[in-house]
Amino acid sequence: MALPERAVAQENLIEISDLSFAYDRRPVLSGINMVIPRGKVVAILGVSGSGKTTLLRLIAGVVKPSRGEVKVGGVRVNELDAEGIYKLRRRMGMLFQFGALFTDLTVFDNVAFQMREHTALDDRMIRDLVLMKLHAVGLRGAQRLMPSELSGGMARRVALARAIALDPMLIMYDEPFTGLDPISLGVISNLIRKFNDALGATSIVVTHDVQEALELVDYVYYVSEGRIVAQGTPDEMRASADPLVRQFVYGEQDGPVPFQYPSREFARDLRLS
Amino acid sequence: MLNRSAFLNIRGLGHHTVDGVWRLGYALRFFGITVASSATAFRRFRLIVRELYFTGVLSLIIILVSGLFVGMVLGLQGYHTLQTYGSESALGVLVALSLVRELGPVVAALLFASRAGSAMTAEIGLMKATEQLAAMEMMAVDPIARVIAPRFWAGVISMPLLAALFSAMGIFGGYLVGVVLIGVDEGSFWSQMQAAVDVRQDVLNGVIKSFVFGVAVTWIALFEGYDAPPTAEGVSGATTRTVVTSSLAILGLDFLLTSFMFRGI
Repeated sequence: MALPERAVAQENLIEISDLSFAYDRRPVLSGINMVIPRGKVVAILGVSGSGKTTLLRLIAGVVKPSRGEVKVGGVRVNELDAEGIYKLRRRMGMLFQFGALFTDLTVFDNVAFQMREHTALDDRMIRDLVLMKLHAVGLRGAQRLMPSELSGGMARRVALARAIALDPMLIMYDEPFTGLDPISLGVISNLIRKFNDALGATSIVVTHDVQEALELVDYVYYVSEGRIVAQGTPDEMRASADPLVRQFVYGEQDGPVPFQYPSREFARDLRLS
Repeated sequence: MLNRSAFLNIRGLGHHTVDGVWRLGYALRFFGITVASSATAFRRFRLIVRELYFTGVLSLIIILVSGLFVGMVLGLQGYHTLQTYGSESALGVLVALSLVRELGPVVAALLFASRAGSAMTAEIGLMKATEQLAAMEMMAVDPIARVIAPRFWAGVISMPLLAALFSAMGIFGGYLVGVVLIGVDEGSFWSQMQAAVDVRQDVLNGVIKSFVFGVAVTWIALFEGYDAPPTAEGVSGATTRTVVTSSLAILGLDFLLTSFMFRGI
């Protein structure tokens, strides 16, 4: 299935071609072709363990592909040296699954971390910037708290403020909806869209939360067992006749993805035959 | 069947050996990278000072109290032994030399390993398990330069200072028991000590020992934390290994250093 025309017409921020990745000779991803158009929010959907997070790690240059290439903003990530990768990462923000806030720093210092590490801004400027970021996620009043004093939803919002601290061109979200109550989930979902559009950034959301993702994003890649098995706009996904997509989108228990873990015949395990 | 199990045993032995050598190499490389990435830590000395508080200052109570008790025991035991030969006036020498040459560096390092070393391992291990180190790397900040190196230097700096305080406290404990409680002559206690303890031979060697122990303990603690599997069992196992490995390393290194330092005496 081809990309919608308006996406093709734009410049792509990320182009992945013929990418394969193996971990200890165990293939994790194979033959991935993917483009992420500038300015869009794109979801990578798939069940747990399908290699979604590995895709993010490949885009950020944490791991190198066994074959194929990853281009971010026209630069081949797999050919960069450590310094080049660090330079690229300064323009990326990432929200980790459980926030990964620095537990020995306050909320304020967490958001200020990258500004202090990478810029020569003075303390007053950093203070103003941090307060603006915290205000955007609604937690200006929590600036002096430690991460251990935050609820799960608040921690996720602080981590989001930290991810956009340096106004990145690319924001990656690793399972941003996991373990959140419905209110926090809605808040995070709105913030993802708001920041993407306000910062003129591009966002990749890796998740298995289908309904939330289909409401939020512009385009969907569905990854299963290391391959892209379907892609399209949310409406196309909802209308898809592909049994694999239907099972995932409608959360059916059994289908192409079996309920049973591969095993011997049940009767033999019970010693009936 | 016997052959098969013997074969498996040999294979297991080989596997463990190769694994051990690989881990040692990894640890050495980790050490090299830590030292090589220390420039940031020294440029921003604030980072080291912060860790000095956690490793050094927070270890003070246990070091001071243990030093006092060890010194008091030395005073008591030393007095009883020396009294047999009628040379209780040498109590000051005995207490001071035992502490400055051996007990100060060794016991302080053992306490440091269990107090600060285990805390370091657990902290780094949990930072890894909760993806804090990965997050830092994603922010283009090298966790070795930002997290590991400041802790390493804080450990190396605080260890000799803690050992010195341990020895000083121990000598005071020996004085309390020997002079104040038992009544050994105060003049000979201090003057014999002053005459017999050599700054280079005894004090400097003690400082060198505690410096070496500081490097060993902090390195082991940080490596175990950095290498810990990111699970609850992984971190708890790593913490235990830190205490066991660094205690053995301290005692082994102590024997080596002593045999080099005090050859001619």
